[in-house]
Amino acid sequence: MTTQTTAPETPSAPVAGRTSGALGMPAPVARALATGGGVLSVVSTFLAWTWTSEFPGDLTVYGYPGGLQVLVLIAGALTALFGLSSYGVKGLTGLTPAGGDGALRFASLAAFGTAWYTVIAISSTLGGVVNLEPGGYLAAAASLIAVLGAHTLPFERPEPDPLDPDESAWEHIKHRLAHGWQTVKASYAGGTPRPVGALPSYAEILIIVAILALGLTVFTYGIGTSYDELFIGFLITAGFGFAALNKAGLVAQASQITARHQNITMVGAFVAAALFPFTQTDDQYATVGVYILIFATVALGLNIVVGLAGLLDLGYVAFLGVGAYAAALVSGSPSSPFDVHFPFWAAVLVGAAASLVFGVLIGAPTLRLRGDYLAIVTLGFGEIFRITANNLDGTSGPDLTNGSNGIASIPNLDILGFDFGAQHDVGGFTIGRFANYFFLMLIITAVVVLVFRRSGDSRIGRAWVAIREDETAAHAMGINGFRVKLIAFAVGASLAGLAGTVQAHVTYTVTPEQYLFAGPIPPNSAFLLAAVVLGGMGTISGPLIGASLLFLIPNKLQFLGDYQLLAFGVALILLMRFRPEGLIPNRRRQLEFHEEAEAPAVLTKAGA
Amino acid sequence: MTTDTTTRGAAPGASAPGEAVLDARGVTMRFGGLTAVRNVDLTVNSGEIVGLIGPNGAGKTTFFNCLTGLYVPTEGEVRYKGAVLPPKSFKVTAAGIARTFQNIRLFANMTVLENVLVGRHTRTKEGLWSALLRGPGFHRAEAASRARAMELLRFVGLDGKAEHLARNLPYGEQRKLEIARALASEPGLLLLDEPTAGMNPQETRATEELVFAIRDQGIAVLVIEHDMRFIFNLCDRVAVLVQGEKLVEGDSATVQGDERVVAAYLGEPFENAPGAEEVAEVEAAEAHADTPQDAAPGKENDR
Repeated sequence: MTTQTTAPETPSAPVAGRTSGALGMPAPVARALATGGGVLSVVSTFLAWTWTSEFPGDLTVYGYPGGLQVLVLIAGALTALFGLSSYGVKGLTGLTPAGGDGALRFASLAAFGTAWYTVIAISSTLGGVVNLEPGGYLAAAASLIAVLGAHTLPFERPEPDPLDPDESAWEHIKHRLAHGWQTVKASYAGGTPRPVGALPSYAEILIIVAILALGLTVFTYGIGTSYDELFIGFLITAGFGFAALNKAGLVAQASQITARHQNITMVGAFVAAALFPFTQTDDQYATVGVYILIFATVALGLNIVVGLAGLLDLGYVAFLGVGAYAAALVSGSPSSPFDVHFPFWAAVLVGAAASLVFGVLIGAPTLRLRGDYLAIVTLGFGEIFRITANNLDGTSGPDLTNGSNGIASIPNLDILGFDFGAQHDVGGFTIGRFANYFFLMLIITAVVVLVFRRSGDSRIGRAWVAIREDETAAHAMGINGFRVKLIAFAVGASLAGLAGTVQAHVTYTVTPEQYLFAGPIPPNSAFLLAAVVLGGMGTISGPLIGASLLFLIPNKLQFLGDYQLLAFGVALILLMRFRPEGLIPNRRRQLEFHEEAEAPAVLTKAGA
Repeated sequence: MTTDTTTRGAAPGASAPGEAVLDARGVTMRFGGLTAVRNVDLTVNSGEIVGLIGPNGAGKTTFFNCLTGLYVPTEGEVRYKGAVLPPKSFKVTAAGIARTFQNIRLFANMTVLENVLVGRHTRTKEGLWSALLRGPGFHRAEAASRARAMELLRFVGLDGKAEHLARNLPYGEQRKLEIARALASEPGLLLLDEPTAGMNPQETRATEELVFAIRDQGIAVLVIEHDMRFIFNLCDRVAVLVQGEKLVEGDSATVQGDERVVAAYLGEPFENAPGAEEVAEVEAAEAHADTPQDAAPGKENDR
């Protein structure tokens, strides 16, 4: 017999399920500190934080928070509200259906992170803490108090697993670290949210409208952040704030309500997105908006291939390229060898059909392969497309794509007399060129969303998922795997081609270098896949949000420069470690990765 | 006497009793130099439950795979209701033979209902366009599929768990779900590959009842099983496969009484020692690079 059978000794034998916080502070004091810290943080934002307006955002004004102060104000208010709610203040308990303490911790972290980031940024930009006004000190102190208070609240400590005392020292260290990690996780744990009672449907719809308005506001704010510091502050606040709302159980409740009114939510989301250009005074951020939409739409198309049918496609951007080139060739551009100018609807058909043909051509021989082989072949196809487009310049091949110069000066679209290149005034709002394309792209996005939803919830969609789950069993159920996979591949390809036709017009020029496997500027195949995985495979909102983040972060954080891809890689690894199901998890995948934990046993029809 | 396999009703794939549903003739399956199944004949008539037994490695599952289109037999042919089986497993299912797997192969991350709906794949036609356009035909077909799937879930007693994920079901219910999923394709013949493996006696009894109920719907059943009591209670006819060959076929009493079957399963008394034939076989097997996993001679030596 081995020595392993010696009775394991429990080190320091803690009482099971002991509840206590750090530092041994009594719970009422800790709660008071957290709540008070939140309130004080709010107060501090009405004071001046620095003496000069050299720091961007002008934080010198008394009584009027600006820039980063607004973010601290929001985070502080959230902390205070969750704090009061955890006291059981009437009318506020509804804020924390899953228990307030986890939410309070995250909210205080949001306030702390943003406030301290601001204070440190001011000190380092202007050279020293002397540049801080009392408001800045107050903000730092208040948010520190809040964070300390929130983190000394008692919580249920997990009991350490028994450990064999004969184990090596390294095992002991590992064990202690693991227990420490368990404790940290437990300290942030939230309860299970209570289900939302049936409200009158108008109230639920009002809630949905409010949620969408909030989403639009947050998104618009993020897109409109005009300097690096503000965007980083925005990320800190939004990240921790969202985590707080999630722990409070509000996100779960919101998704319950939106699941009850899926169609209204969907339409509402598009209305909210359509309102975006009206919140902008010039075309600067509408440009960002339309690029995000193109990226997100293609990512959603890829989600059919990857998320539903489980086909790993590493060359997906090529289909976007095929669509874009096809549309550019028939657009009447002077550098196109064809002297034709198709109307937009015809160009769309040509683009989608060209991508479809390429999708079938690539898919037919390769989809008989499983898994890794398909990934390699698609990766190869992506590169073949780019290199071919580079070489069809009249010297090394027939003159079709104009080589690396690409097809330039693609004229603006003109649909039914509506000139997409010109500014239009709609009810006092100026809608510029990119805003025009934003609306057009939104329609394409709607089409893709519709295709995704409808095909996903049908015989063919179930066949896709079945193939992904177990190909042999799917065959035994009478599913023609090859045919079904080819359909998924072709649908995905033509949707990307559809987006490509608009992209060609938005960017004026189509060049091979826009369609790389990996590059700093999305969309490229690697980023597309990352958007799907990061956002959440098999969902609609996941790739849309993933794509927005993946576009905005490199776009806003210019100072990262050459380290962009490095930072991106690190972020992706961390995400896959801690949230493998993506930001917006499909219920299925959530169950897959967190079998034992909080996952519901019943899959309701709220999947996306 | 042909029956339309797509007729809807209580037993859509049912055919007149006594008619041969499955007719395998001289099925031989070779993998390189290894003959896993040698010249096996087997008929399954409608309304009949036929058992296929044999020691581990006797070639039962290989034979099964020949019947389901996973393998194309090297020699011989398999006919289903008079027509030679197509060589692709999905076409076999479409033709009317449904199967379950020895190791449960559910679509683990789909719900119970969705699993059964996938089983309806061959009996519905709605393609991509229909799904995208969502005409009245689509909704009708979808509703009909759901109704039929719920009916099947009720039949196996899982209707209360329609929205559960298949992976979260207990073992016995996963087996039931696999059967329901197979029935959803409206088969004329159901192939069950060790349906009671890992089950306790009560669950085995319940499965027995279920198989009888399926037979009563007019669906012929072919069962591979190790549990002798289960097989002999259940089957109208039993075929014994040993070393890839059919040893004997007949009703329970015939098979149970056959001493070759007893020998193959329980081993002969040790005094008799392995016969010259078996010894030669063992040696031949060992001489082969890829030793056949036939356990019969080995088991004898163990005892």
